[in-house]
Amino acid sequence: MNSPLVATLLAALPQFASGTWLTVQLVALSLLLGLVVAVGVAVMRLSHLAPLSWVARGYIYVFRSTPLLVQIFLIYYGLGQFEAVRQSVLWPILREPYWCAIIAFTLNTGAYTAEIMRGGIEAVPHGQVEAAKACGMNGALLFRRIVLPQAFRLALPAYGNEIILMLQGSALASIITLMELTGVAKAFAARTFQPIEVFCLAGVIYLGMSFLITRGVQLTERKLNPARR
Amino acid sequence: MIDLLGFGARGWGLQLLQGMGMTLLVAVSAYLWGLALGGAAAALKLSAHRGGRVAADVYTTIVRGVPSLLVIYLLFFGGNSAATWVATLLGFNGPVELSALPIGILAVGTVSGAYSAEVLRGGALAVPHGQIEAAKALGMGRWLTFRRVTLPQTLRYALPGLGNVWQLTLKDTSLVSVVALVELMRVAYLAQGATRQPFLFFTTAGVLYLALAGLSGRLFARAEGWAARGVRRAVR
Repeated sequence: MNSPLVATLLAALPQFASGTWLTVQLVALSLLLGLVVAVGVAVMRLSHLAPLSWVARGYIYVFRSTPLLVQIFLIYYGLGQFEAVRQSVLWPILREPYWCAIIAFTLNTGAYTAEIMRGGIEAVPHGQVEAAKACGMNGALLFRRIVLPQAFRLALPAYGNEIILMLQGSALASIITLMELTGVAKAFAARTFQPIEVFCLAGVIYLGMSFLITRGVQLTERKLNPARR
Repeated sequence: MIDLLGFGARGWGLQLLQGMGMTLLVAVSAYLWGLALGGAAAALKLSAHRGGRVAADVYTTIVRGVPSLLVIYLLFFGGNSAATWVATLLGFNGPVELSALPIGILAVGTVSGAYSAEVLRGGALAVPHGQIEAAKALGMGRWLTFRRVTLPQTLRYALPGLGNVWQLTLKDTSLVSVVALVELMRVAYLAQGATRQPFLFFTTAGVLYLALAGLSGRLFARAEGWAARGVRRAVR
């Protein structure tokens, strides 16, 4: 009974490899864009201008309290409902499930990461800001050189969890027809009638990626904290 | 456009409410199943039994390292194929399809349980050891100590984390729609297909999820207050 199973899984390998690669792309691109969104939103959230802070709070609340699937469907199916969107220059992008998934993931992880970054920024000791001001730094320079690097370092453990959650969330891209790892597994399971083996193989690949991410975050943490080495 | 959300002949209001009810049913059942599973896993993790610790660690590591959607697919399609295999052994022919509701609850609850386990373990570890020693000194047995000393305080420490797990579980129920269980997300999907108003119906679904999350969040805040009654706070 074993050899047909091994043959099935061996035949699946090339497709699983391309699925894994698509998953990695989706996760990496969304995390990168999401980080940019998150830093901006975290700064807005901490702003003394009340309207800015409220907009950021609203964004974070809505995207953290609704299922990711709703967000994906709203962007993929919802936006196409409007004639104005279909006529706009953005339509070639919004028509593609790939970019819809990236946009939805970016906005989703951006909201979670904004709260993580806010925690990091608030945890930077105030004496550091005072010292920087005494050295004549101000505004953007102070934020870029003093606050942000330390905020990143302090937020890193929590951000590691967010990376893994994003990896898991990326499975939803399969629902809007993208053949990433879960999509490949589902198609293969339907074709071979061996769902248990095929989904377990996908699970092992996800576990491997989670493990690599955890190790990578641990190594980065050590690297960023010379004092603790 | 509004009449599409109403309760009239063209309205999807009733179906949306029914879907919301189904979402709540799945979420609450899965959460409770998850609490039972998580409680057992947390107890095993803290036990002196090595095999039990390893089994619980394997459970939480695997389930938390794999997408919920994959767990749902595995239990749903894998469950069907396993059931078909058992049916052929018993002499029945043809594919067997398990009902989506129990499988959905089982799948979402299994994911929920892995997160609950870690939260409950953390809560149990936060109970000061001196309290257990004091209970022993008073002559309480293991079960009585657990019921009167460990459990209430574990719950108090774990409640904020359990609230997060609840929110996670509530959102995870939307994934069950992909195996055709008619809950909120599935109703919204069917409605937008029939009316060609995806933006309207997915926004409505989002608002309804927000309402569920907001209301249940309040309940958890109350429960936290209740569990912490009689505790003096350092802050506020």
